Amino acid sequence: MTAVAPLALPTLPAAFQQSNVDYLAILPLLIVFGTALIGVLVEAFASRERRHAIQVTLSVVGLLAAAASIIVAAKHQGLTMGLTDGSTNRQLFALAIDGPALFMQGTILLMGVLGVLTMAERFGGVGPDAFTPSGASTPGSAVETAAARAGALTSEVFPLTMFAIFGMMLFPTTNDLIGMFVALEVLSLPLYILSGLARRRRLLSQEASLKYFLLGAFSSAFFLFGTALLYGYAGSVYFGDLSKAIAAGPLAMNGLLLPGAFLVFVGLLFKVGAVPFHAWTPDVYQGAPTPVTGFMAACTKAAAFGAILRLAYVGLDTGRWEWTNALVLVALLTMVVGAVLSVTQTDMKRLLAYSSIAHAGFILVGVLAFDRKAVGAVLFYLVAYGFSTIAAFAIVSLVRQNGAEATHLSQWAGLGKRYPVVAAAFAFLMLAFAGIPLTSGFVSKFGVFSAAVGTGGATGTVLAVVGVLCSAITVFVYARVIVLMFFSDAPDDGVEVVTPSVSTTFSIAIGTLITLALGVLPSALLDLADRASQFVR
Amino acid sequence: MGTLVQTLASSPSTLSTYAVGLATHEGEAHAASGVTAYAWLLVALPLLGAAVLLLGGRRTDKFGPVLATVLSWSAFVVGALVFLAMLGRGAEDRAVGIDLFDWVAAGAFKVSAGLLVDQLSMVFVLLITFVGSLIHVYSLGYMEHDPDRRRFFAYLNLFVAAMLLLVLANSYLLLYVGWEGVGLASYLLIGFWNYNPAYATAANKAFVANRVGDFGLSIAIMLMFFHFGAVDFQTVLGAAGDNANQGFMTAIGLMLLLGACGKSAQFPLQSWLGDAMAGPTPVSALIHAATMVTAGVYLVVRSSAIFEAAPTAQLVVVIVGAITLLFGAIVGCAKDDIKKALAASTMSQIGYMMLAAGLGPVGYAFAIFHLLTHGFFKAGMFLGAGSVMHGMNDQVDMRRFGGLSGAMKITWATFGLGWLAILGVPPFSGYWSKDKIIEAAFIGEGWRPWVFGLAALIGAGITAFYMSRLFFMTFHGKKRWTDDVHPHESGLLMTVPMMILAVGSAFLGLVLGATGGITTWLEPVTGAEPEGAHPVLPPWLLVVLTLVLVAAGIALAWLRYWRDDVPAKAPAGSLLTQAARKDLYQDQVNEALLMRPGIHLTRSLVFADSKGVDGAAGGLAALVGGTSSRLRKLQNGFARSYALTMLAGVVAILGALWVMS
Repeated sequence: MTAVAPLALPTLPAAFQQSNVDYLAILPLLIVFGTALIGVLVEAFASRERRHAIQVTLSVVGLLAAAASIIVAAKHQGLTMGLTDGSTNRQLFALAIDGPALFMQGTILLMGVLGVLTMAERFGGVGPDAFTPSGASTPGSAVETAAARAGALTSEVFPLTMFAIFGMMLFPTTNDLIGMFVALEVLSLPLYILSGLARRRRLLSQEASLKYFLLGAFSSAFFLFGTALLYGYAGSVYFGDLSKAIAAGPLAMNGLLLPGAFLVFVGLLFKVGAVPFHAWTPDVYQGAPTPVTGFMAACTKAAAFGAILRLAYVGLDTGRWEWTNALVLVALLTMVVGAVLSVTQTDMKRLLAYSSIAHAGFILVGVLAFDRKAVGAVLFYLVAYGFSTIAAFAIVSLVRQNGAEATHLSQWAGLGKRYPVVAAAFAFLMLAFAGIPLTSGFVSKFGVFSAAVGTGGATGTVLAVVGVLCSAITVFVYARVIVLMFFSDAPDDGVEVVTPSVSTTFSIAIGTLITLALGVLPSALLDLADRASQFVR
Repeated sequence: MGTLVQTLASSPSTLSTYAVGLATHEGEAHAASGVTAYAWLLVALPLLGAAVLLLGGRRTDKFGPVLATVLSWSAFVVGALVFLAMLGRGAEDRAVGIDLFDWVAAGAFKVSAGLLVDQLSMVFVLLITFVGSLIHVYSLGYMEHDPDRRRFFAYLNLFVAAMLLLVLANSYLLLYVGWEGVGLASYLLIGFWNYNPAYATAANKAFVANRVGDFGLSIAIMLMFFHFGAVDFQTVLGAAGDNANQGFMTAIGLMLLLGACGKSAQFPLQSWLGDAMAGPTPVSALIHAATMVTAGVYLVVRSSAIFEAAPTAQLVVVIVGAITLLFGAIVGCAKDDIKKALAASTMSQIGYMMLAAGLGPVGYAFAIFHLLTHGFFKAGMFLGAGSVMHGMNDQVDMRRFGGLSGAMKITWATFGLGWLAILGVPPFSGYWSKDKIIEAAFIGEGWRPWVFGLAALIGAGITAFYMSRLFFMTFHGKKRWTDDVHPHESGLLMTVPMMILAVGSAFLGLVLGATGGITTWLEPVTGAEPEGAHPVLPPWLLVVLTLVLVAAGIALAWLRYWRDDVPAKAPAGSLLTQAARKDLYQDQVNEALLMRPGIHLTRSLVFADSKGVDGAAGGLAALVGGTSSRLRKLQNGFARSYALTMLAGVVAILGALWVMS
């Protein structure tokens, strides 16, 4: 652990020296990173016909191996990737391998498997997959047509996804602001590209990608500016130092603390789609290829909330009186705006985007309870929401009209009468989003709201009450979808549910089953989340 | 009050069994094993039958009814084996508890689902499985031509399973499961021919009346949980004896009684039983005569510790019993529908049991004894009535019967034995059980023995009259048949069960009552009859008085319904007759007191709901929708405005916090 340093002036270290790295502790990270690199080599050397199959197998095996290696990493918990500050001989640690970090890593890996399987969907090789054959071509150009005719596949999406997953795993694990920023960028850059690779409506997809990139860069700037202010305040970017510096309290510089803390949070809140940093969410969710949207919605949210938890509970915990109110405001805005705006949506993907905004608000309520139990509740929520979301987007990718995804709500009318199984699964996921008992959504909402009421004080109670009211609003939205699917007459416009291959079926089935299982027998995961809720410092 | 003993003992099976002592007696620790550990089969076998028949669908049409009957008999065999095992133990070791699984575990509140096999529940088990199985056999003949007989047998099996669960449960909560189960089966079977709207209405009526009672029972259970923190018999009844708060005990007792009144068709919830005769006759025999309707008596006797701690509630039990026994008897005198007359009689006889159950230790054993004998003779008579209907084209109007003794000899003989039994003519069964209740009703001090004793005594006289009326109108006197009927005796499948039940009607009392066997058997559960409790009139005088009244009742009936001609169309009759025909205006009272105000209340609530609540909800929805449409315009698709939103948001929030601090 770090020694208390004199905080008079931020002294520039003469030279950093690597002191120790516990490679077993970071084994999951290394496996994913390695798999991504191998993926790049596969792109370069494997023949075009076999690339897709190799990439899918490689990614899934890599993810599963990494998930298995978490068991090893769990035996090596602690701070690692230490550096020695040459001038003062302080030990600084960049990575925290602890319960929340490993729990988030495991969650991201398993949800990543489902995400990859959904992306791998090719409808038995007869139908087109979700990605453009030639991402670099101009939409509608001759190059694109030629690539499509040649049967080109953008199998680069798999290494890109692996890099993104690596960044996502790193995000809640980093124990300093700079590392966190690097992780943020590592996970974001591949996602920017993935968002722009849709096969159909490519202009919309590219627009989404560009917007995501521009606004992401903007938010990164906020993050960096906040980091600079906090460094100015504490003289260090390491969370341990930060926490101690705030506790020691150089009051004279309080003017730096609040803006610094909040701006760093802005960078993270942008990633979870919290209001007022949410504007990108509906556009990107709509424009990105649907499997990517599902993957992004589940995994990015999990990773970013993992990072928010660490920042709030480890780095800035001692100064929380300064910044809590800012986050409370954001949480209130997020819940209300997400819920209210979802009411008037007419596109399924945008509807799910606003739903994800509202859910981000509910999770923030749990974060703001500041209690170990609340950490467990948030972790549980992320798992429950993530699996439901992946399954929901996977189903959205199956509903098609003339080969293109039918995402307008009116196209979903009467779906339950013709495709009762798929519609029933989707309806069940809607109930989970609404938080109806016997679904994981109920248990997770109950967890965060009860944590807020239990330890969040008066603020927590207000947040929970607003949260319940907003849930009530969103119930209308989800119920409307169910009513539309089961009680409306189908328009005669040839909307169909295409038959997916094993991989997508597997994703949908697992996502739905986990949603049910966590609703009926949540205790096993609740226990695990509870045991994993202790941060290392 | 007794010491409660619970000793957990390991047994070879996965179930742990232990000996329990309840309420009023000392119990020695005892480890049960062998067949007793398999008592759960009693419930499981018929439940399996119901599941197979209901889930199997048409595939089970062929063998379903027979399978159901076999499973019901298997349950009887298990019951008999458990009973034999129980006989092999000393009186104090006979009560055995069987833990099945942890059912409810909510914090400090734990309920394990388990069975309590003791003398009281065994009496019921044998009655239910034996009479129930006989009625299964009878139904094979009676329902032979019904296209839906599979469903019928499934419901019968469901009923047997639920009823056994009711009497075997070791906690009020599990009892409630059985309680609701029999209610469900009863509802389904009353409305079995639900294509007839009147029958469907009858089923609904039974359901609603039962619901009122069930609420009583559930409130009682909630009160127990609130007061004792437990709902199992052992804890509750043990604590009830130890100076529990009397107000609570009274409240629990009255709520239990309300439950009992609903299930057992006691005043003021008795109105459904007459209409329940809409169900097939075997159902009336099994559910609405022999077993389910006596569940209320079981509940009161099982909860004796509570009622003894609440004298007020106990008094109310006696009053309810006395009112119902007279009420049912009077109604029975005026009914021309053979099944409804029998139903009124059932109500009245259960009134006797309820009265006995309210008298305390002097009455418990006789309440159960009468329940047992009544189960035999009333089921026998109902089956007889079914046999008559079978031979008479399903007619039920006794004014069109008469002189059937020649055409249906076996039915006449078996019904006659039941008739002698219910009248209380020695040495038939009813004499041993009912006369004892009359005697017990005369025990006590002050006004009570006179009021309740006389009610029971007069009831016996009226019973003699209306049962004789029924018997004579059906089997004797002139033939008043409609032209198209050709009465004939029923087949063996139907007559053999009737004969067996008739044997029971004749000799059960002699076997169990004359020897004092039943009182000795039940003593560990119900407590010993107090010494020195003597009726206010000498017992021999009571016997003589009863027999004189019974003879008078028979004579009057003989004069009017055998010697004189019975008009085929009912005469106008006196005011009392008219009232009795309409169940003493119970339906009208219910309608005026409950239904109309209820309808009015719901109408006003609907009005308030649509104007007030819906209006508010609609307004809120419009507000949300409007806000949503307006906010939506902010989402204009331009990255520059999005970035501006972010910046503005950061500035606004930081500004707000800066101003605040």
